[in-house]
Parts: sequence; C-alpha cells; structure tokens
Amino acid sequence: MGLAAAFWIMAVVAVVAALGVIFLRNVFRAALSLVLCFITVAGLYITLSADFLAAVQILVYVGAISVLIILAIMMTREVQQGSPSNKMKLPAFIVAVVLLGIMIYTVTANSWQIAAESPLTPTTVPLAAKLFSESGFILPVEIAAMLILAAILGAIVIAREK
Amino acid sequence: MTIGLEHYLVLSAVLFCIGLYGALTKRNAVIILMCIELMLNSVNISLVAFSSYIVPLLLTGQVFAIFVMVVAAAEVAVGLAIILAIYRGLTDIDANNINLMKW
Repeated sequence: MGLAAAFWIMAVVAVVAALGVIFLRNVFRAALSLVLCFITVAGLYITLSADFLAAVQILVYVGAISVLIILAIMMTREVQQGSPSNKMKLPAFIVAVVLLGIMIYTVTANSWQIAAESPLTPTTVPLAAKLFSESGFILPVEIAAMLILAAILGAIVIAREK
Repeated sequence: MTIGLEHYLVLSAVLFCIGLYGALTKRNAVIILMCIELMLNSVNISLVAFSSYIVPLLLTGQVFAIFVMVVAAAEVAVGLAIILAIYRGLTDIDANNINLMKW
C-alpha cells in the first residue's frame, strides 16, 4: 500500500516536472524542473528496489549533469529570454500523441511473464559481481571508460578558447 | 490497486513522449539537450522496471541502465561543449539560426 502511494506521488510529480521542462518560459526554471524530475526518477528506482541505481541517479544526474546544464544556461545568458517553439508544434504534438498511444496499447495488450521471486535487495554487491566478473560485463565497462575519457577530451578541445 | 509492470512502462512512455515533443519543438539548444536527457531517463525507468519484474535475480536491466547513464553523461558533456563553441562563434543558440551546415 505504501509502495503504491509512493509510486503515484512520484509518477504525478515526475510528469508535472517533465511538463514544466517544456512549458516553463524561463530556461533556468525549466532546468530546475528537470532536476525535480531526476529526483523523482531516483525515487522510482527505490520503489523498484534498485537502490544502487537510485544513488547513482542522484550523484550523476542531480549532482553532475544538472550542474553542467545550469552552467551552460548561465554562460549563454544574453541569448533570449524564454524558450520559444518552432513552427513544428502541431506535427510534433501529433507524432508524440500517436507514439504514446501505440506504446500504451502495446504495453497493456501484452501479457508480461512476471517472475514469482521478489527482486534482490541490496543490489550493490550483485551488480558489482555482474559488472566486473569474468563472465560478466567487464569488456563493456572498459569500453565505457574509454568513451568517457574520449568525451571529456573532446569536450575540452571543443569548448576551449582558441 | 497494486502497482505492476504496466504502470512503470506507461509512466516511462508518457515521459518519453513529453521529452520527444520538447526535443522536436524547442528552439533553444540547451532545452533540446534537456529534453533528450528526459527521454534517456524514461528509457532507464522502463529498463529497471523490466529488470525487477521479469528477471528479478539477474539484474541485467540495471546493468544496461548504468551504461545508458554513462552514455548520457558523455553526450551531455560533448553537447554542451558544442553549444558553448557555437555560442562563441554566433552569439546565438537558437536551433533555427544555426544553419551553417544546412544544405
């Protein structure tokens, strides 16, 4: 019962915050609304008993990515106030609604094979075993590390003053 | 009403479509990046929901979600660097006016 209440609160707040990202006129407030949406997503991870991912969500998204976005907003301050839309408003709305309808129909019409076991709860140790073990995902972890390094170097090179 | 897999998937679909609408209609490049982050987050929700409802002992969905986060972090770093570089050259980040490479 408590889980259901938590889910509904998180879901409503997440959707309202996501709508705020789109409809708020002030870019900075839209970024803060995005941060709120990230936090509620972390709460949803907790209701799914993914505790490690919730912590990573707070650290990476709420901590790092939102700071980057707000910094970029502040460095491009003089551009224009507000977040105007382009001329594709109606076609984009139709595309989004049609895609939403298709996805909701597919999700609800499908009969998922729900497993009987309850999920693992603390997930940190099993995730580490999964990521770093011999038969696990050690090669993708190394590739991800290379990707992050290349992205950081690329970002520095692109954003550097000439 | 008990919460099932469908609730999380429908929520994820709603967030994805909100992000898609924003990414398609907004003109401020930073807002477009924010909407892309929103879409990546909604995909993560559905991955974790699948992981904890269908294969609760395998955690593969959570591993995928971690890699999605890695790629999202790399994407936002490079994307904001590109936006800052464009802003330095054009003093504008309106996606309608950035048409140097438009054919």
